Amino acid sequence: MADIPQDAPEQCPGTGSGEAGKASACQGCPNQTLCSAKPQGPDPDIAEIKERLTSVKHKILVLSGKGGVGKSTFTAHLAHGLAADESKQVGVLDVDICGPSIPRILGLEGEQVHQSASGWSPVYVTDNLAVMSVGFLLSGPDDAVIWRGPKKNGMIKQFLRDVDWGDIDYLVIDTPPGTSDEHISTTQYLSQTHVDGAVLLTTPQEVAIQDVRKEINFCRKVNLPIIGVVENMSGFVCPHCTKESVIFPPTTGGGEKMAADANITFLGKLPLDPRIGKCCDEGKSFFDEVKDSPATQAFKDIIEKIKDYCSKRKENTEVDTGEEK
Amino acid sequence: MSAPRDHLSTVKHVILVLSGKGGVGKSTVATQIALSLRDAGHKVGILDVDLCGPSIPKMFNVSNQDIHQCPEGWLPVFVDKEQTLGIMSISFLLDNQNDAVVWRGPKKTAMIKQFLNDVYWKDMDYLIIDTPPGTSDEHITVMENLKQYNPDGAILVTTPQAVAVGDVRRELTFCRKTRIPVIGIIENMSGFVCPHCSECTNIFSKGGGEALAKQSEVPFLGCIPLDPQLTQSLEEGQSFADKCSSSPTMAAINTLVKRLMAIDRDLP
Ligand SMILES: Nc1ncnc2c1ncn2[C@@H]1O[C@H](COP(=O)(O)OP(=O)(O)OP(=O)(O)O)[C@@H](O)[C@H]1O
Ligand SMILES: Nc1ncnc2c1ncn2[C@@H]1O[C@H](COP(=O)(O)OP(=O)(O)OP(=O)(O)O)[C@@H](O)[C@H]1O
Ligand SMILES: [Mg+2]
Ligand SMILES: [Mg+2]
Repeated sequence: MADIPQDAPEQCPGTGSGEAGKASACQGCPNQTLCSAKPQGPDPDIAEIKERLTSVKHKILVLSGKGGVGKSTFTAHLAHGLAADESKQVGVLDVDICGPSIPRILGLEGEQVHQSASGWSPVYVTDNLAVMSVGFLLSGPDDAVIWRGPKKNGMIKQFLRDVDWGDIDYLVIDTPPGTSDEHISTTQYLSQTHVDGAVLLTTPQEVAIQDVRKEINFCRKVNLPIIGVVENMSGFVCPHCTKESVIFPPTTGGGEKMAADANITFLGKLPLDPRIGKCCDEGKSFFDEVKDSPATQAFKDIIEKIKDYCSKRKENTEVDTGEEK
Repeated sequence: MSAPRDHLSTVKHVILVLSGKGGVGKSTVATQIALSLRDAGHKVGILDVDLCGPSIPKMFNVSNQDIHQCPEGWLPVFVDKEQTLGIMSISFLLDNQNDAVVWRGPKKTAMIKQFLNDVYWKDMDYLIIDTPPGTSDEHITVMENLKQYNPDGAILVTTPQAVAVGDVRRELTFCRKTRIPVIGIIENMSGFVCPHCSECTNIFSKGGGEALAKQSEVPFLGCIPLDPQLTQSLEEGQSFADKCSSSPTMAAINTLVKRLMAIDRDLP
């Protein structure tokens, strides 16, 4: 059901086709106005975005088809980990428009964005860690962003085009779950820039994995390279008796098997640790607060692998979507 | 084109399951209340409007079923021979379960409208609607098209952490703005009792949902503890009630369902 809507007339040329809304079959179709109203030709903003982001060396997307698997937690800690090297400048962009978690996890709740001559100034956690989120534009914690797709897309475009990051080494982009407006727009707007790739988050159980498989197909469809898969919330060590329990059972082999089946890299596992959640709620870095947790080391190993990938990829710009050869 | 169908008018109770936050257990709660309502003798339907990440068919182990047409419209997929529990989900329309539904808002809206109009629910007692996280196309479309059917209201699911509660607070604003009654807030994944030493650890913190309910002056519907058996039974598409009828998790679900059954939508 790729490009043809369910209720389309028989000869529908497909919504993405140049004939969309204009073919004879489109006469009388309820979607005709919608299809013919699509912008024709390249979007001039894409060139502007390209220009703006020339000052950003590496771009990493954090994705998952599934909700609540730890995308935002991972984004924030990847950023903390990258920014631990004071010679590097790191940016975090939150394109989860309806459920922005990044301001809280990075301890920036209640902060506001400032305008400057060169665009929107991000909010800084430290000198070398800059953040932008729709959360900084809201008037309070009860404020809901009740927006349909086009408005969300407009916001994302503004974030990519107008935020003045300065010269930065890494831009990490946190996304909501799914394969819809936010994801299509972000990848489309970034299409003229060099994106290093996506890190896919999952939890071990099949209910999550089945959605992540869809996300892999999304990445392949839009030609987004996959850096690898991270399995979060794998196992829980009871702090009282130190015995391990499986809370989200990997009934189909977990993230590792999924990655192997799809021929993509498995970056590692992160255990469930109540202190991770606590740090997120308090807006603190887990790396600073809980240096001794097994999760800290596992996290750092994964970050090293991502750094490695990015530095290698710079030399080798060939597109690798992980597609079976 | 044929005249718009009006199948929802024959459904007695419509209940939405919402959350601003992902992965808090919306689909799990929808599944469990549907099963409990069915076990209490009701005819129940579940409409899954999570188009990019549908979980309901997997949770009932019916992912590979196809939808059938009848003169009245689309027939839901029933999980039992007696046809007491029927499901509609985009999963049933996919050729391959791994296919990504890469759709923008307008297409999602059209699909959801079709689900709301064309599915022939036949005199269901309850229709439970499972949603993706957020306050966007899916939610706006459902609200706009449900209003005329006078739904019972929405159950808001959260987990205890501030990161989740913060998003659910925004969802409450959404409910107020769209004038959907809030049945209450349920706190899921609240505490985990170690099977080895019986000590309880609050893996995802504790109490956030209850505090939000109090602060926002909406009913608190209780805490559902983390129970690996629940995940396991959802993975296998089996009934958790049959396996673990005496667990605190099941008790919490039963309390919630009793509350739902007490709602009489004809009261003001
Ligand atoms: N390994 C872990 N151990 C304990 N808690 C965790 C772990 N990873 C994430 N969490 C907690 O789980 C919750 C969900 O994580 P997070 O918000 O990062 O997920 P998400 O994928 O971004 O969710 P959404 O789909 O809503 O954007 C958060 O409260 C977070 O603190
Ligand atoms: N009380 C619980 N105990 C143990 N596991 C649970 C509990 N509640 C939910 N789960 C598990 O957590 C995972 C996430 O739950 P679920 O899929 O219902 O969340 P959701 O809110 O529908 O997510 P999404 O935002 O992606 O739609 C599932 O694997 C589910 O089985
Ligand atoms: Mg998030
Ligand atoms: Mg769900």
